[in-house]
Amino acid sequence: MSETILSVEALSLGYGRLRVLEGVTLTVAPGERVALLGHNGAGKSTLFKAILGFLPPVIGGIRVLGHAPGFDAARIAVNYLPETVAFPRALTGAEVLRYFSGLRRAPRTAVPELLARVGLAEAAGRPVGSYSKGMRQRLGLAQALIGAPRLLLLDEPTSGLDPISRRDFYEVIAEAAGRGASVLLSSHGLEEIEHRTDRVAILSRGRLVADGTLEGLARRAALPARIRVTAREGQADRLQAKVGGTRFNGCHVDLTCPPEETLPTVARLAGLSSLVSDVDLHRPGLADLYRHFSDLAPEEARP
Amino acid sequence: MIRRLLTIATQEFRLARRNLWVVLATVALALFAAALGFLGAGQGAALQADVLSLTAASLSTLSVYLIPLIALLMSYDAFSGEVERGTLALTLATPARRWELFAAKFAAQALAVGLAVTFGFTIAGAAIGAAYGASAPGLFAWVRLVGSGFALGAVFVAVGMTLSALSGRTATAAAYAIGFWLLLVVLYDLALLGGVIAAGDGLFTTRIFPWLVLANPADAFRLYNLAAFGSAPVSGVDGLAHTMPFPPEAALAALGLWLAALLALGAQLTRRIKP
Ligand SMILES: Nc1ncnc2c1ncn2[C@@H]1O[C@H](COP(=O)(O)OP(=O)(O)OP(=O)(O)O)[C@@H](O)[C@H]1O
Ligand SMILES: [Mg+2]
Repeated sequence: MSETILSVEALSLGYGRLRVLEGVTLTVAPGERVALLGHNGAGKSTLFKAILGFLPPVIGGIRVLGHAPGFDAARIAVNYLPETVAFPRALTGAEVLRYFSGLRRAPRTAVPELLARVGLAEAAGRPVGSYSKGMRQRLGLAQALIGAPRLLLLDEPTSGLDPISRRDFYEVIAEAAGRGASVLLSSHGLEEIEHRTDRVAILSRGRLVADGTLEGLARRAALPARIRVTAREGQADRLQAKVGGTRFNGCHVDLTCPPEETLPTVARLAGLSSLVSDVDLHRPGLADLYRHFSDLAPEEARP
Repeated sequence: MIRRLLTIATQEFRLARRNLWVVLATVALALFAAALGFLGAGQGAALQADVLSLTAASLSTLSVYLIPLIALLMSYDAFSGEVERGTLALTLATPARRWELFAAKFAAQALAVGLAVTFGFTIAGAAIGAAYGASAPGLFAWVRLVGSGFALGAVFVAVGMTLSALSGRTATAAAYAIGFWLLLVVLYDLALLGGVIAAGDGLFTTRIFPWLVLANPADAFRLYNLAAFGSAPVSGVDGLAHTMPFPPEAALAALGLWLAALLALGAQLTRRIKP
């Protein structure tokens, strides 16, 4: 990490007397894609607003490329897609993008290219009021790409998108990351970010309870793997007597074992081929990790 | 900075046009003006006054209600609407300053209202002039009416935008706008009239009353226009327009002061908006 694009240091803030974020520390390096997860009301959108400089920190601070939020250098470096935005219905998609290009001092000639990138070339001249929800969301993404920002803040960018649009969305994001832009995006779709982000940060009741690569988090959590063994006809009782575990549906035996014992266990099952017809290994996924870390949140943080 | 101001103002004006604001306001103003002119034309002959001047006089009284209403309807949503749609957060995430947003939106909306006044009254005035003939004083009265109508519209656009910045939510902003319209345009006059009737020729009527008229932008507009008519058949508060201890231009200065004060206050209030 030669340089950090975003650094959030022990940040605490809220709305009036309501404290929403407590001691959040997070850094994002160039070209890194970080997914911000958390339950409803965890403080994800609040963190984005703080990075944009709309909410002043009570404790701690934020630096965007070394500048405090709200200063021009930070504003130019960051672009944003809010979780809900309704562009004026009477304007066309191209007009919306030209407006924000004007405010960001980006060339207006790049607008058709941006629209084409998100698949809106056809609809460029139509009023936003005639767009579908997904088209509006894509217009929002195009807006967030104006001026080639160094840091993209995307608040639930894929909510309400069909699977294909969702994939396209992550392609555009990967492209931006490829040219060195950092991406911080929040999402409730756990599967979709699993292979499309480099790092995961989990907020729970305003505290950052996990931050790392998926492999790193999985190692730290040391969640047991689940193995479902299918017994041969009539051998379920003997199988269970040999390997333990719990019975399921008559012919299955479910085992849970810590990560380091997974391989030996599978090897042992392979040796029992007279009893075992099939083995299904289920490694802990993001959903399990998410549940694990969210439950670790300190109780006293509950509002 | 200049590019940002132009970008915001252009977009705002385009929206006013697309939403048919300018066209509807123009048509409404033209219809009212033409109706006053053609329906009141018979009276003109009896009063030995040319129709154009007479219509300008009655139109200045009607404009006091109409122009502020149009300006407030146009501007009350300027910030609260954008907060609710989420577009303000996007604009403020760019290097645009809050005061720039206020200034550019004001310029575009004041221009939109001003153009509606100009077009509406010019169309009606041309029709009346063509039908009944035009005189130099009559034309001059219309020029004054359009010019001061521009200023009145700008003041009330500034009122609406300041209220919008103050309230932050559309429903509240709408309530404030209607309340202010009633207060400044209707209730204020009634209260003044009551005061004059109660005080007779006392100190209130001669010393305090003129300044109170000047202090209200709507009354100042009317005062400026009516003071020009030596013989116009006006009564009530308007009838006192000729007895004012200052030249009519002072009324324009009052409008200017209002505008400056509102712009300063509104730009200040935009700092409190939470996008
Ligand atoms: N404008 C506001 N005024 C007061 N409190 C707010 C405001 N916005 C959010 N909150 C509170 O702050 C907390 C965090 O909200 P935030 O919007 O950051 O959650 P989130 O993680 O984005 O949730 P979601 O997944 O539902 O979008 C919530 O308890 C919410 O009630
Ligand atoms: Mg949110």
